[in-house]
Amino acid sequence: MELLGKTNIDFIGKRNIAFVISSIISIIAIIGIIQIARGAANMGIDFSGGTVMQLKFSKPLAIDVARAALHKSGITKADLQEIKDGNKLLVKIDNKDSAALGKPAVAVQAAFRKELADNAFTVESSTEIGPSIGEKLRKDTLVAVFISLLGIILYIAWRFDFKFGIGAIVATLHDCLAMIAVFYVMNLEINLLFITAVLTIAGYSLTDTVVVFDRIRENLHKNLKSSLPNIFNASINEVLSRTIVTSLTVFLAAASLFFFGGEVIHDFAFALLIGVLVGTYSSVFVASPIVVLLENRALQKQGNRA
Amino acid sequence: MPKGTGWRISLIFIFVLLSFLYLTPTLVTSLPSWWGGLLPKDKIHLGLDLQGGTHLILEVDTQKAVEGSLDIVATDLEDTLNSKNLRFKRISRNGSDKISLLFYEKETSDTVQKLLKDKYPGYELNPSLDEGGFVALSLKISDAAAQDRKDKAVAQALETIRNRIDQFGVSEPTIQREGIDHIVVQLPGIKDPQRAIDLIGKTARLEFKMVREDIPPSTVSLPDDAELLKEKTVDPATGAVSELPFVLQKKSLITGDLLTDAQVRIDSQFNQPYVAIEFNSLGAKLFDQVTAANVGKRFAIVLDNNVYSAPVIRERISGGSAQISGNFTEKTAADLAIVLRAGALPAPVKIIQNVTVGPSLGQDSINKGLYAGLIGVVLVVLFMGVYYKLCGMVANLGMVLNVVYLMGALAAMGATLTLPGIAAIVLLIGMSVDSNVLIFERIREELKLGKAPKAALDAGYDKAFMTIMDSHITTLITAAVLFQFGTGPVKGFAVSLSLGVIINLFTSLIGTRVIFDTVLHRVNVKKMSI
Repeated sequence: MELLGKTNIDFIGKRNIAFVISSIISIIAIIGIIQIARGAANMGIDFSGGTVMQLKFSKPLAIDVARAALHKSGITKADLQEIKDGNKLLVKIDNKDSAALGKPAVAVQAAFRKELADNAFTVESSTEIGPSIGEKLRKDTLVAVFISLLGIILYIAWRFDFKFGIGAIVATLHDCLAMIAVFYVMNLEINLLFITAVLTIAGYSLTDTVVVFDRIRENLHKNLKSSLPNIFNASINEVLSRTIVTSLTVFLAAASLFFFGGEVIHDFAFALLIGVLVGTYSSVFVASPIVVLLENRALQKQGNRA
Repeated sequence: MPKGTGWRISLIFIFVLLSFLYLTPTLVTSLPSWWGGLLPKDKIHLGLDLQGGTHLILEVDTQKAVEGSLDIVATDLEDTLNSKNLRFKRISRNGSDKISLLFYEKETSDTVQKLLKDKYPGYELNPSLDEGGFVALSLKISDAAAQDRKDKAVAQALETIRNRIDQFGVSEPTIQREGIDHIVVQLPGIKDPQRAIDLIGKTARLEFKMVREDIPPSTVSLPDDAELLKEKTVDPATGAVSELPFVLQKKSLITGDLLTDAQVRIDSQFNQPYVAIEFNSLGAKLFDQVTAANVGKRFAIVLDNNVYSAPVIRERISGGSAQISGNFTEKTAADLAIVLRAGALPAPVKIIQNVTVGPSLGQDSINKGLYAGLIGVVLVVLFMGVYYKLCGMVANLGMVLNVVYLMGALAAMGATLTLPGIAAIVLLIGMSVDSNVLIFERIREELKLGKAPKAALDAGYDKAFMTIMDSHITTLITAAVLFQFGTGPVKGFAVSLSLGVIINLFTSLIGTRVIFDTVLHRVNVKKMSI
């Protein structure tokens, strides 16, 4: 069976549209990163410090009722979120200023016990993180992101020549940015698991790019007469079904995690899904056109000199 | 047969055997009696997010440990100078690293200076200076000595916490030092996390102090050697807290480090639990002296600056046993006995991270993770079977081998499986067929060019090789970094991912290849099912 027969799509010709889309995504992501750095984005408590509790109630509970119950007990800053199955409630409290732990968790339990006496609950999980830990984790994460990107860049630089290297690096960064942009726009939580997903995709998205690049290089050696955009287009078309099928298998696995893996890794699986999609898109529409752009520029320079 | 097929097949089977061998302790609930000797006993541990439990990071307030040891030096100095009849106005800790001494005369100061030099070599002595008619001297702990004290305090705190947890009874706890002043405590499957946290976090500094009945608690300015502490009582019916203030002598007469034992007893008269304590010989002697000298006066039993009780000394108590009564429930009395037996922490600890997962959520995560994995496998298997027919099924076989090897490797390493770790395995199910997809697509192209199946297969493997290496190495780079920097669940993800990537290289380049080679060699294949 084949998904696609022989295709002949002008990918390189559509590069301007792709550049516009990717630029918009990147700009949103950069805004998101600035907001994250300022602490204004939806940060997970592993970075910001705070308390998150997951409570399971015996009866259905409207989120407004829960909020009112907390308000009455003087807890006004709580962020509440319902979990679809099984009357579960997620309570998140930032405690940037207080150093001592334990109090918000105890206070929330006391408030619900008092105000919702007829609706018993159990604490399924509770996470309290002090500000100093959050700070250490933020630093460690930045170092981790930096080192892994550096590692990938070094590897690409060694494997490909310069222009392909740039294309692959830009595509990889693009994928990371796109994941951040989607999470920022959807106001999903930026936490340690999300960063893990981003780094995983940074490693993975190269697969697709490498598949395309390998073919382009092969065809460049074979075919010296044809124009660059033609060779690139032909190469991308030749490996298109490969690109799609390799992504599809990982996508299937990530999708089953997303739909059936439970609430703890729901967002993580979502990030992976986005990453796989964007990774496929970028290898076709970002990585290769950038190489064409760079090659054309180099040719022009040569032409000017001659 | 192509060269090398034999050893490749044996390798595959040996690895399968090894995997199941290592997985046996994980899969079998109780190992048979003959299972021993060199056979593996390590199993895949479940992370706290999967089995439920509490993960704490404690920060030891090491500065307090230095201050505490300075306090002891100050008290010690007072006693020494008193015994030598050297008159001083005041000896006290000053700030976080100094002891200041104040004398009436220059000569005493000079004598003491000599004495200090011999007795406290780790301290820096500042020359005496005149201070409003008195001679002041200051003794500063050297940075190296302070650092050493801090270091020992963390090590000591770790031992004490380990003792307490052992006595509390938690199976397979992990207690480790992390960094300079952090202690990581993992308590898997604990039922009452709050109680354990209270038990671990309590400094448990037990002191016996005389009550200064000459000063009313309402006094605004207390003398230097007195302090105001409170006895807190919680009414069990209403939960209201009432406080009873006491003025106490600042200097403690006896401290908790002189105890040898502490046990819960029940008062037969009031049916109220109390904690019976035993002193060692020095403690017993001191207790005997103190009670003999103060019959008719009150002394207070103070734990972490809370007064537990302040009984009147009715008679001299020799024999070295005493009791602490207060408003105890059986649980609080038992916990107090544990912390007294295990000893006090050298410095207060602060809980800076507490992750607690209930057992139900953990089980739920395991079920959902396995379910998602199963669906992932089914989807991938179906897709590969339909898309690549027989060749797809070979790739599927490779994927199953991958999962078996990975689980075996995790077991062999005694690795910890976390929910993100399960996610990594599910992700690998998708990634592991990827390599085969690259190879198959290449083979299809070669077939379209009119090559024979055998030639197309060889070309497919050869040409896809570098691409496969590239994608695996880049994934491995990030996995390695995640492993280095990640904590807990993320580390679990990195372990599964990096092992999986390495194993995947083996199965896709050697495992599935050998099947094709063997089949193509034995059967005269005219048309590949791809």
